[in-house]
Amino acid sequence: MYSEKVMDHFSNPRNVGEIENPDGVGTVGNPACGDIMKLSIKIEGDVIKDVKFKTFGCGAAIATSSMVTELVKGKHLDEAEEISNNTVADALGGLPPVKMHCSNLAADALHAAIEDYKKKHTK
Amino acid sequence: MKRIYFDNNATTPIHPEVFDAMLPYLKDEFGNPSSIHWAGRNTRKVIDEAREKVARLLNCDVGEIIFTSCGSEGDNLAIKGLVESKRDKGNHIITTKVEHPAVLTTCKYLAKTGFDVTFLDVDNQGMLDLDQLKKAITPKTILITIMFANNETGVIFPIEEIGRIAKEHNITFHTDAVQGVGKVPIDVKKLNIDLLTLSGHKLYAPKGVGAIYVKRGVRLVPLIHGGHQERNRRGGTENTAGIVALGKACEIAHRDMEQEIKHLTALRDRLEKGLMGKIPHARLNGHPKNRIPNTANISFEFAEGESILLNLDMKGIAASSGSACTSGTLEPSHVLVAMGVSMEASHSSVRFSLGRGNTVEDVDYVLEVLPPIVEKMRSMSPLYSAATGGAANISFTESGSCSH
Ligand SMILES: Cc1ncc(COP(=O)(O)O)c(C=O)c1O
Ligand code: FES
Repeated sequence: MYSEKVMDHFSNPRNVGEIENPDGVGTVGNPACGDIMKLSIKIEGDVIKDVKFKTFGCGAAIATSSMVTELVKGKHLDEAEEISNNTVADALGGLPPVKMHCSNLAADALHAAIEDYKKKHTK
Repeated sequence: MKRIYFDNNATTPIHPEVFDAMLPYLKDEFGNPSSIHWAGRNTRKVIDEAREKVARLLNCDVGEIIFTSCGSEGDNLAIKGLVESKRDKGNHIITTKVEHPAVLTTCKYLAKTGFDVTFLDVDNQGMLDLDQLKKAITPKTILITIMFANNETGVIFPIEEIGRIAKEHNITFHTDAVQGVGKVPIDVKKLNIDLLTLSGHKLYAPKGVGAIYVKRGVRLVPLIHGGHQERNRRGGTENTAGIVALGKACEIAHRDMEQEIKHLTALRDRLEKGLMGKIPHARLNGHPKNRIPNTANISFEFAEGESILLNLDMKGIAASSGSACTSGTLEPSHVLVAMGVSMEASHSSVRFSLGRGNTVEDVDYVLEVLPPIVEKMRSMSPLYSAATGGAANISFTESGSCSH
């Protein structure tokens, strides 16, 4: 049911863990099925220097989490903010229709982490 | 790669003896059992023989068996056929919240067409409260339909007592015994059963065949109107090969029952004890004793079921899960929900259902492979804290752009 790329990211997820003293953290839960993702970022000069995730969820949730961390690493915040759930799903070669909601989790966690960073750093 | 099949409640492989028995009826023996000539005579004979074998397993008469195409058809025929024939006597049906969709959806459909349906609760071990059943009975109750054994947890209901209660109140009692037949002894007379459903592909016959037991005197309106097959109770030219296979499977189940119960109980208990011993925060779902011998349903908290299944599959192990993520509807298992199992625990449930071909080596392989899988999933889970070895302190916002 999953593409090879999804299975690759599922079995060898990139950037798992939590950053110590992160600059931003986004933790979001999926109202559809109850899964949870936590994403932490390290920012230097508006560029995402490091990013890590922890996810409780299905194969698609883990693969999209892993993919989103790969997509944003080294990106400027403005570019990272452009990333949507479709960007992530496309980068994985597509997801089964019932699993599209899982990619929302990854995109939302990213945006929540960026927002958290901005809130902390405009004070 | 090793291939270990622990999903026998979903479907079983065909027993080699069953395969050999059915093969001639897919090749040379093609006659229509209703024909009077040579081609039909033999197929008529083997269908009668198969009927005897099914009847022997259940301890009923040959005239009390109707062949069907699957368990779902059997449940539909028993339930719809019965309530339609008793419509003038009442409109109330009693069932449970943990039935298979073949019963649950049928009852929900009937509820929309003028029947009243009571869905009984189960406790946290998946057991029924018989007082609740007694209290639910009204003068309008015409059918009690309660499963023999649950497909997800393996929990066996007190069928004999339910049968007695139904009999005392002159109510017809149907049991969906799709997960019981072939696994444990079932004597329909002793258990006071009026209608019983079974399905071939759960007891080593192929998909596409099943049967129901209909006690003499119980009237059913047919679901499939047609020719005079099955004594006018189910139209359609008989699936000779499937019926022969089902007969053979029932004969083998009868012959090997005692030995298989021992074999499966030993393997299941070894698997269960091993997993519960090796993996912290593992919890059994379902009554520990009142169960069919092949089923273990365990929650590995802080690790999600579909992820566990995918990892097991990569190691060649087939199992299933009650997680919302595996359901297609994104709802967690209705059985675990009815048992009051928390959202988190049902999310992390895995069902292992063993079969006749499994060995101690299979079990030991799972005992070796699964603990590191659960550990890996937990180390990636924001719900789990490695520091405390338990639940992490976490708060989160709901994902806003969810399309559901
Ligand atoms: C308890 C129970 N009833 C009914 C069925 C439906 O049987 P079939 O797949 O033959 O239609 C199943 C199959 O999963 C089952 O487990
Ligand atoms: S996270 Fe539950 S379905 Fe993907």
